[in-house]
Amino acid sequence: MKKEKGSTFIDKIWDMFASVKFAVIIFAVIALTSIVGTIVEQQVEPEKNIVVLTKLFGESVAPDIYNILFKLGFMNMYHSWWFVALLLLFASSLIICSIDRLPRILKLVNEPIHPIPVEHLGKMTIKKTLDIRGKIPDIKQTAETALKAAGFKPSEAPTGNGGLQLYAEKGNLSRLGVYLTHISILVILTGGMIGSFFGFNGYLQLNEGETSSVAYKDPTTPIPLGFEIRCDNFEVYFYGDSDMPKDYKSWLTVIKNGKEVMKKTIEVNDPLKYEGITFYQSSYGTGMDTDSGIFVLRVSSKDGKSAEINPMLNDKFTIPGTSITGHIKYFSPALALDPEGRAYTYAQQMLNPATYIEFTEAGTQKYSGWFFRRYPNTWILPDGNKVEFVNYWGVEYTGMQVRKDPGVFIVYFGCIIMALGLYITFFMSHRRIWVDIARKNDNIKISIGASANKNRAAFEGKIEKLARILGAGPEGKK
Amino acid sequence: MDSSTFFGLSTVAYVLSMILYIFYLAFRNNQIGIIATTFAITGFLSQTLAIATRWKEFYDLGQMGFLRAAPLTNLYESLIFFIWCLMLVYLIIEFKYRNRSFGAFVTPVAVLALAYIDISGMSRNIQPLVPALQSNWLLAHVMMSFIAYALFAISFSTGLMCLILRTERRNETAYIFWTLMLSVFVITLGAMGLDFLKFKLVVTGQEELIHNYLFKASFRSGSALVSALSWAISIAVTFLIWRFGHSLKKIIEGFHLSAEILDDLTYRCIATGFPVFTLGGLIFGAIWADQAWGKYWTWDPKETWSLITWFIYAFYLHSRLIKGWKGKKAAMVAVFGFLAVIFTYLGVNLLLSGLHSYG
Ligand code: HEM
Repeated sequence: MKKEKGSTFIDKIWDMFASVKFAVIIFAVIALTSIVGTIVEQQVEPEKNIVVLTKLFGESVAPDIYNILFKLGFMNMYHSWWFVALLLLFASSLIICSIDRLPRILKLVNEPIHPIPVEHLGKMTIKKTLDIRGKIPDIKQTAETALKAAGFKPSEAPTGNGGLQLYAEKGNLSRLGVYLTHISILVILTGGMIGSFFGFNGYLQLNEGETSSVAYKDPTTPIPLGFEIRCDNFEVYFYGDSDMPKDYKSWLTVIKNGKEVMKKTIEVNDPLKYEGITFYQSSYGTGMDTDSGIFVLRVSSKDGKSAEINPMLNDKFTIPGTSITGHIKYFSPALALDPEGRAYTYAQQMLNPATYIEFTEAGTQKYSGWFFRRYPNTWILPDGNKVEFVNYWGVEYTGMQVRKDPGVFIVYFGCIIMALGLYITFFMSHRRIWVDIARKNDNIKISIGASANKNRAAFEGKIEKLARILGAGPEGKK
Repeated sequence: MDSSTFFGLSTVAYVLSMILYIFYLAFRNNQIGIIATTFAITGFLSQTLAIATRWKEFYDLGQMGFLRAAPLTNLYESLIFFIWCLMLVYLIIEFKYRNRSFGAFVTPVAVLALAYIDISGMSRNIQPLVPALQSNWLLAHVMMSFIAYALFAISFSTGLMCLILRTERRNETAYIFWTLMLSVFVITLGAMGLDFLKFKLVVTGQEELIHNYLFKASFRSGSALVSALSWAISIAVTFLIWRFGHSLKKIIEGFHLSAEILDDLTYRCIATGFPVFTLGGLIFGAIWADQAWGKYWTWDPKETWSLITWFIYAFYLHSRLIKGWKGKKAAMVAVFGFLAVIFTYLGVNLLLSGLHSYG
């Protein structure tokens, strides 16, 4: 059955690709190089990886190792030509290995089951013999019913001397499950390649009200979208009054040839798709331009006069009924204090907005300090006057991941095939069974032989049950 | 009662069942065995209740849908779920194979995970979900990954036992392999135990644990003497396990578990875990990443390590099917596979992030 050993060059190459050893080597090389790729961080500034290499190998050799790895493409290895080549070799090995074995498997699948001599039944992996009393037609009836109940469609062949053999198989197509699994890997790889050749991954940061017709691969490489996208509004929602965001949303409008063609509110896990390009909500922040932000403050004197004012950064205001003036000096969207009590901004998002105000009376400085929107206890001044930090209207921006990936459907399709293939491979099996019923002296001798390419124990259990039915059935009638 | 009461109950029950399973092994007394199983079941049921109650508590916070309130959002909850899966699979095997010797090997893994939760002092608070985690795919992904991990954990212990039974000579590769694996486990545990004794529960978070506490009482101690001593003791322990490993073989032989049954169990756990891991771990993970970040595969260290784990188990299946590897060689691959699982789950966060952070 085995193909002649190849002699031509092509045959030799074929045999090499069809050999499991070759596949294992490629497998191992992919795995090992992938490990290197998880240790050196991909696509980051050189300093980061030099730090990592210093930790591993010491200061003296780290820069050299870095240079070698860099030249070999390890700093962006999953997209390097040799890694892609490895994946292609892997795919070829898989294809050739499968084709090589296909004829044999197809034979097993297509070859119909036929009766076999009773002596051979004793050599099967699952076997069972019974001696019982009864009539052949009755026993045959019982056996047929039991086999049908187990999902088989038994055929029948006479064996001479009034005896007969029932035989059946099911699940012969399940042997192809492995092929489905292997093909799915190829489909997924294909989808991945199509995505990386014909698609792009970009980023777009839009201020509220702003419109753009491009996304950015990196800050200097714009990619035209073919339409325009506008951010109408952006909102963050927090859990209670913590600074843990619960949700963030952008209201987007797609404009094509000057007409608004689509409106959608996107949030994390719910992107906008238009003409094959998808916009994912990924980050947000407050515009750097704090000069144009507007404060909403409610200023009240200790004897109860109050006013709501809307100053901007660097503006001055007076507390009603007094001669004290406040001067808004700084603003931070997310202020924290370091252990030494120095203030710093820990994020560009409006997580903990605070403003620094300096108060003077008749030209002399009285006091100054930070006012937090979140913490009303910071609003009261030492002399009992009060500045409530109600809100801050700054321009926020929404950060979006912009992707075009024509291969993604192929990848998903491959995933479905893989799930199906694995299910068939591991949870179904090709089961064959022969039940030989023959007269032996006064008794009837039943020989059962069976085989399964997977989950043999489960099938053995079924055969035990069948034997019990056959043993009990006809006898029960007596 | 609230979830923490039930968690406390289940912890106590698991610890008791572990002690009883080990007694059962030592004395072969059936009554002890039955009590051990009773405790294991009690622990499992109260853990089930605990998870259900926590789910409800989370849901009652009222900020998201029922499915999204599944308690699978942080390291603490996922470890708890892992223990739950492990005990479930173990109890099924105990009833199917009518053999409880194996409990003395599985319950320690559960107790160990519980101890790790305690030692690391990881946060048990119910935390609200950040937006990226609000996805049903994530739920399916995490749940199935942990079911697969539990199956792989079992295949690890059956594989190890199989190796112990199958090896004869001290200079055999397989013998050296398993004694080494066992030593690493024992030593890691011991070192973590020391950390625990020395620092009690002062740790506040995962990162901090790694940087400031892990192995600080031994290998990474400030004192050169302590750290040298730790290494010396480790080498001694490894040597002792290597030298006297055969006595373990006698104990396992007493289990009435043949190497064939163990080999078969290893295969079945992997043959079930592999498809579950492929679908839940890789495919659902990719779908979730696609929806949350717009990329189904980014080759980040966690993904890459899951892929390597997947490769190792695929190799196990192929070597059995094509080369007919059984017994020792296959068992070594199975043991190796679980090391990759542990690395994917903990090592990537602990070691790689440690490497990648400044300082
Ligand atoms: C990660 C990639 C791969 C996966 C997930 C995979 C999956 C599988 C699965 C699940 C089986 C069935 C195993 C069993 O029934 O226990 C199988 C069988 C097999 N695989 Fe793979 N495979 C992969 C790569 C490869 C490669 C690269 C080759 C090429 C040499 C290969 C060759 C085979 C062969 C020859 C069989 C046996 C088929 C038979 O029953 O005749 N596989 N594979």
